[in-house]
Amino acid sequence: MLDCLVAAFAMNSKHAYWRRIAACYVTAIRNTPLLVLILFSYFVLPRFGIRIGKIESFVLTLSIYAGAYLTEVFRGALLALPGGLREAGLAIGLTEWQTKVWIIIPIMLRNAFPALGNNFISLFKDTSLAAAIAVPELTFYARQINVNTFRVIETWLVASLMYVAACYIIAAGLRLLERRLAIPH
Amino acid sequence: MFEQGDFPYELWVSRWAILQGLGTTVLVSALAIVLGTILGTFVGLVLVYGRWVSRFLVRIYVDFVRGTPVFVLVLASFYLLSQIGIQLTAFQAGLLALVIFCSTHVGENLRGALLSLPRGQTEAAKAIGLTFPQIFAYVLAPQALRQALPAWVNTATEMVKASTLLSVIGVLELLLVTKQIISRNFMSLEFYFLAGLIYFLIDYAIERAGKAVERRVALPS
Repeated sequence: MLDCLVAAFAMNSKHAYWRRIAACYVTAIRNTPLLVLILFSYFVLPRFGIRIGKIESFVLTLSIYAGAYLTEVFRGALLALPGGLREAGLAIGLTEWQTKVWIIIPIMLRNAFPALGNNFISLFKDTSLAAAIAVPELTFYARQINVNTFRVIETWLVASLMYVAACYIIAAGLRLLERRLAIPH
Repeated sequence: MFEQGDFPYELWVSRWAILQGLGTTVLVSALAIVLGTILGTFVGLVLVYGRWVSRFLVRIYVDFVRGTPVFVLVLASFYLLSQIGIQLTAFQAGLLALVIFCSTHVGENLRGALLSLPRGQTEAAKAIGLTFPQIFAYVLAPQALRQALPAWVNTATEMVKASTLLSVIGVLELLLVTKQIISRNFMSLEFYFLAGLIYFLIDYAIERAGKAVERRVALPS
């Protein structure tokens, strides 16, 4: 998922060329349904001789999909930084790269945190789509139990409660982390 | 070039199926957006102005639905409703799930937009003697709608993408039609790419239209 950081910098880079490529990636992925992407990589990649399991193919697709969304988050966070930061970094004798790694990225990550958390939760919910290519995860089993036992109400209630609980835990954990990482004042 | 087994030929053979699937996709998405927005407006209003009991209940509804994947919602409404005696077709069950999903998102957007308005706006409106409905209609709503517009456009594109999930419960929309065509001729690359491209074009058009409306209604600065 590091591709999104690279892409975010590319979006703001001086070279129009890189900016164009990153923008194409983000626009194309964000406007295509995830299910289509999942099926595409599951059924089409083997035709080019790339043989990977369904879990790997799903993880690959989800990280490409997530990358596009996170790029937007990071781009917004980068734009919110004042230009003086980079200049200050350069002024105390850091190189361009050192400025990026030690000054820009830590501050940007803090700014991006709330939006990042939202995206992580959506990603967690998107894993339910793996059931469509028969990856054995919660939704897949819920469906199986539903078909086997006809305990329809219990199955779906429990499955959705588990998702809700997991989302709450993720949100709480991220909020805790955000508070830990905040700059004290 | 134009014989059986070539892409142009296969495309031509399946043109009506694809168009029909596209029609269903557009119909489902449009209905989900419209109905979801209407329901979502009520959700948003209750979340901001409701009494605490109704606010609490709606809060639970919103959090529960937002915490559940759309896919699970679609499956649950498909399997659950028939169990408790409500007979819906796959199309209706899927549409219901999408509408519920859409309403919570629109509701949250609207709540965020209404709460982001400074209190001074309401107070100023009260000071010049407007009643609450007047304050809402002439002061709060126009500003809140401007704020909520980008997020609403985002939700609309989400709904088009979420409509693909209906293929799993057997609604014959674009993705399911594509799958059927592929199982006939095994041209997975071409037809999945085509489906992706069509979805991209729909969503891109919505995004562009949203940007255009945003510019039109923006306050002159």
